[in-house]
Amino acid sequence: MSTLTAPRALVAPRPTGTTRIRRRTTRRLGPGRTLPGGAALGLVALLAVWTIGSATGFLDQRTLSAPWTVVTTTGELLEQGRLQENLAVSAQRAFLGLALGIVLGTLLALVSGLSRWGEALIDGPVQVKRAIPSLALLPLLILWLGIGETMKVVTILLGVFVPVYIHTHNGLRTIDARYVELAETVGLSRWEFVRRVVLPGALPGFLLGLRFAVTGAWLSLVVVEQINGTAGIGYMMELARTYGQTEIIVVGLVLYGVLGFGSDALVRLVQRRALTWRRTLAD
Amino acid sequence: MASHPGRLRVPERSDVPPPVHGVLADERTTTSDGTVVVRDLVRAYGLGEGDGRVLRGLDLSIAAGEFVAILGRSGSGKSTLLRALAGLDHDVHGTGTIAVPDRVSVVFQDSRLLPWARVLDNVMLGLRGPRVRELGIERLAEVGLAGRERAWPTELSGGEQQRVSLARSLVREPQLLLADEPFGALDALTRIRMHGLLRDLYARHEPAVLLVTHDVDEAIVLADRVIVLDHGRIALHVEVGIDGPRDTTDPRFADLRAQLLAALGVPLTERTHP
Repeated sequence: MSTLTAPRALVAPRPTGTTRIRRRTTRRLGPGRTLPGGAALGLVALLAVWTIGSATGFLDQRTLSAPWTVVTTTGELLEQGRLQENLAVSAQRAFLGLALGIVLGTLLALVSGLSRWGEALIDGPVQVKRAIPSLALLPLLILWLGIGETMKVVTILLGVFVPVYIHTHNGLRTIDARYVELAETVGLSRWEFVRRVVLPGALPGFLLGLRFAVTGAWLSLVVVEQINGTAGIGYMMELARTYGQTEIIVVGLVLYGVLGFGSDALVRLVQRRALTWRRTLAD
Repeated sequence: MASHPGRLRVPERSDVPPPVHGVLADERTTTSDGTVVVRDLVRAYGLGEGDGRVLRGLDLSIAAGEFVAILGRSGSGKSTLLRALAGLDHDVHGTGTIAVPDRVSVVFQDSRLLPWARVLDNVMLGLRGPRVRELGIERLAEVGLAGRERAWPTELSGGEQQRVSLARSLVREPQLLLADEPFGALDALTRIRMHGLLRDLYARHEPAVLLVTHDVDEAIVLADRVIVLDHGRIALHVEVGIDGPRDTTDPRFADLRAQLLAALGVPLTERTHP
């Protein structure tokens, strides 16, 4: 036989020495409210450390140029026209490789996502390509295509199309089968089905892939330009290394950072605009 | 062979070849007068009970403009029948003949709105023509959603989403409306309002309706004729025949409910009396 005892909360509180009442609160597990200007905080802190380090002489000018040196050097390079010239060359390469890579990745994802034959033929090779860094293909590409523009654009393309393919394909494959059924009952044609259901359904995946692709394009650009360049930001930095011009190297680094961050922000903006229908946790 | 203790069912030798994934050998035709004729319909899934047959030689006729409700327990084959009529069963094995009208619309249990298309675009999905837009706006007004054309589906409540889905099916001016537990996911109050709405829309557009439901009262309130499916066959066939507003307190309503619940195999003691 067992005796029933009331749960502890129902029993009169045991007399304790203190009369302090503690309010029982639920523990908050989420990250909490967003900080105002939180996104820039880390960057500002980094800049501050850099500035203070340079001003106090803690950072040697030959190791890392001071922020103001970088600013003045940028001004000089702009005056000489070297910066614009190299930037234009770099941007052209990046955009060409990016554009071609996006088109290739999207097309492959569509073919692979919409037909079983396409998937059987395309998905395997792309997954293998994914396992090989495009930079590892560089020696082969140089042998095949030489060291000209084609090689550079192709290298960027190869780095770009994989994330676009992976995420678009995943987006396609995760479109709810119920929508496919709906499309059948309302009698959509194959093309209408692609336009009304498949493309918008795969758009979130595509845009995620695009974010990876954009960052990847700049990454590949750095490598191809530093290896066999005659122009471009990477070439400019490589040249500066030969002459020990730290400040120009830092200008190039800052430029890469700004370009990468800027283009990612641009894609995120597009993402927000294009996916207004979606309500997610982050909103 | 599956044995069911306590149920007398003569096991027949299956004239259906072993279930092969997705072999449909039925004959599908279109009727011009808006009637539905189903003869000897067999549907089998690879992993069903016994020989996998879900529909066992089912015969059914629906007149143009007739409202038929189908009741049945889970697994009785009611959804399979609806999917067969809608032409959505690609991956089943089946034989028989199906004749349905040219214009068939389907309303699902979930509203099945494309989340990336605005409400009006969802209603007009797949339609083209100069008057389609006006018609879509008209139908939306008819289901009480005037002015919500530009809303995203996620901004609507569950009941409103189902209204949009009704508008989407009606804008096609269907001769046959297939509804698969359309109010199953709605709360009780919304469901009652939707019953009224569906009655009104039916009176105005007069499509033949096949409503699949597991709600006995819903079937009696809405339909002209109620069919009970059991193990892939029609177990009971009753005309509702109550004129005017159908009130649950009406003795004829109660009789019908008792009859239908008995056919569904609900024992007397478990029935709730109002």
